[in-house]
Amino acid sequence: MRVTPFVISDLPETPSQTAGPYVHIGLIPKQAGFEIFENNFSGDIAGPGVAGNRIIIEGHIFDGAGHATRDVLIETWQANAAGRYNHPVDRQDKPLDQRFRGWARTGTDFVTGIYTIRTIKPGPVAGRKGRNTMAPHINFWLASRGINIGLATRMYFGDEDAANAKESGLEHYRTPGAPQNPDRRQVRA
Amino acid sequence: MLGSRSSERLSERLIEFKWGNDSMTPEFEFHQRNRDLHPPAYTPIYKTSVLRSPRIPLWSLQNSLSEVTGPAFERDELGPLDNDLVRNYAKNGEPIGEQTIVHGYVFDGNGRTISNTLVEVWQANAGGRYRHRNDTYIAPIDPNFGGCGRMLTDENGYYFFRTVKPGAYPFRNRVNSWRPAHIHFSVFGTGFAQRLITQMYFEGDPLIPHDSIIATIPDKSAADRLTAKLDLTASRPLECLAYRFDIVLRGSRQTLFENKLQGA
Repeated sequence: MRVTPFVISDLPETPSQTAGPYVHIGLIPKQAGFEIFENNFSGDIAGPGVAGNRIIIEGHIFDGAGHATRDVLIETWQANAAGRYNHPVDRQDKPLDQRFRGWARTGTDFVTGIYTIRTIKPGPVAGRKGRNTMAPHINFWLASRGINIGLATRMYFGDEDAANAKESGLEHYRTPGAPQNPDRRQVRA
Repeated sequence: MLGSRSSERLSERLIEFKWGNDSMTPEFEFHQRNRDLHPPAYTPIYKTSVLRSPRIPLWSLQNSLSEVTGPAFERDELGPLDNDLVRNYAKNGEPIGEQTIVHGYVFDGNGRTISNTLVEVWQANAGGRYRHRNDTYIAPIDPNFGGCGRMLTDENGYYFFRTVKPGAYPFRNRVNSWRPAHIHFSVFGTGFAQRLITQMYFEGDPLIPHDSIIATIPDKSAADRLTAKLDLTASRPLECLAYRFDIVLRGSRQTLFENKLQGA
C-alpha cells in the first residue's frame, strides 16, 4: 500500500508574482540573446509525423493603451487533431498522437511585437461530464512585466461558426470593444 | 514516443481518478483559486500593471478537460547541468558570488507532493545584472553565469538547484526603486489551470519591506511565504549556504482518491 507523505485539505496557494521584463532568460533564453540549453522549448510544435492540418497563429498582444507589447511570454495548450489532450485525465475514446505534446511557448518579438505559433488545428473536445462538446479552441496563458498573475484565455476559430455559436459563455465576448458583462459586476475603471 | 511516455509517467503517480457515470470524463476539477492570496491585476504601486491589467470582467469558466489537463515533461528533455547554475554557463571559471543551494517541495493545495513537474528558474547575477539584451544596469555581465536553470521534481515532489545568490538592482518604478534579491520561478503542476510564475526572496533581506512588487500582494502572510528560509541543515560546510522554498499549487476536489487505498 502506498501512502502520500501527508494530506492536508487546504494548503494556501503560493502567491503569483510578475514574470518581469527578463522572463525570456528563464523560459525562452534564445530570445534573451544567448544559448544555454541543448534542448529548447519552442512555439513550433507541428513537427514531422504530427497528425493534423498545419496552422500558423500570429498576432499582437495589446496593452491598455493600444500599444503592441514586445516582451510578453505566450504559452498554448491544446488537444490533438482528434480532439484529445495528451494527459491521463483525458480518457475520451479518441487516438492519442504520440508525437504531439500539445504545448507551445514563445514570446512577442522585441521589434515587431508579433508572436507566432506553428501547430495543428485541434479537434473538438468533450465538455464537462462528457457532454456538450466544446468548439475547437486553443488555451492561451500570458505572463510578462506588469502582469501580476498569468492571464488565461482561449482562442477559437473563425471557420467554426456553427460550433462557436453553441459554445456556452462565448456570446458575451463576441462583440469587440463593448463586451457584455456576464456576471453583472462592476468593471474596474 | 513523447506522448505515450508522458501519459504513462503521469499515470504512475499516486492519483487515480474516479469516474462519473459517463466514463469519458473524470469528476476532477481544481478548487476555485483564492484570489485574495494573489496580487490583483491592477496595482498602481507597480506602475507597469496599470496598462497590463484586464479592463473587462474575467470569463469565469468551470473546469473542463482544457483546464484539468496540462503538459508533461521527460527527464531526458533536460541536460545534466540544467539545474546547476554555477556550471551550466561556465566558460573559463566559476561565476562570481555566494554559491547557494535552493531546494524544496512542490505541493498541491491538498498537501500532496507533485512529482515529475517542471520547475524553471531565472535570476540576475551576483551584481544584480541579467544576461538579457534589454538590461542596461551598470553592474557587469558575468562571463560564467547564464542565470537560468530547470529541473523536474523527483518522485517525492522535491527539487534542488545550485546557483549564486543574486544581487539587488534598481528598476524604473519610482525614482529610487530597488528590487530585493530574488529568483523567478515557473511551475506547471498536473493541469494547465495550476500554471504559476512567482518570485522567491531571501530571508533577512532589508529591501523586502520596500519592494513594490511584493507589495502588490495584499495578504501579508501570503507575501511572507515567498521568502525562503535559511536552511543551515542543508548547507554544505565550508562550501555554501542553503535556502528552503516550498511551492503550493492549486488543489483539486476530493472526488479523486488513492487507488491503492481503495477498499483498504
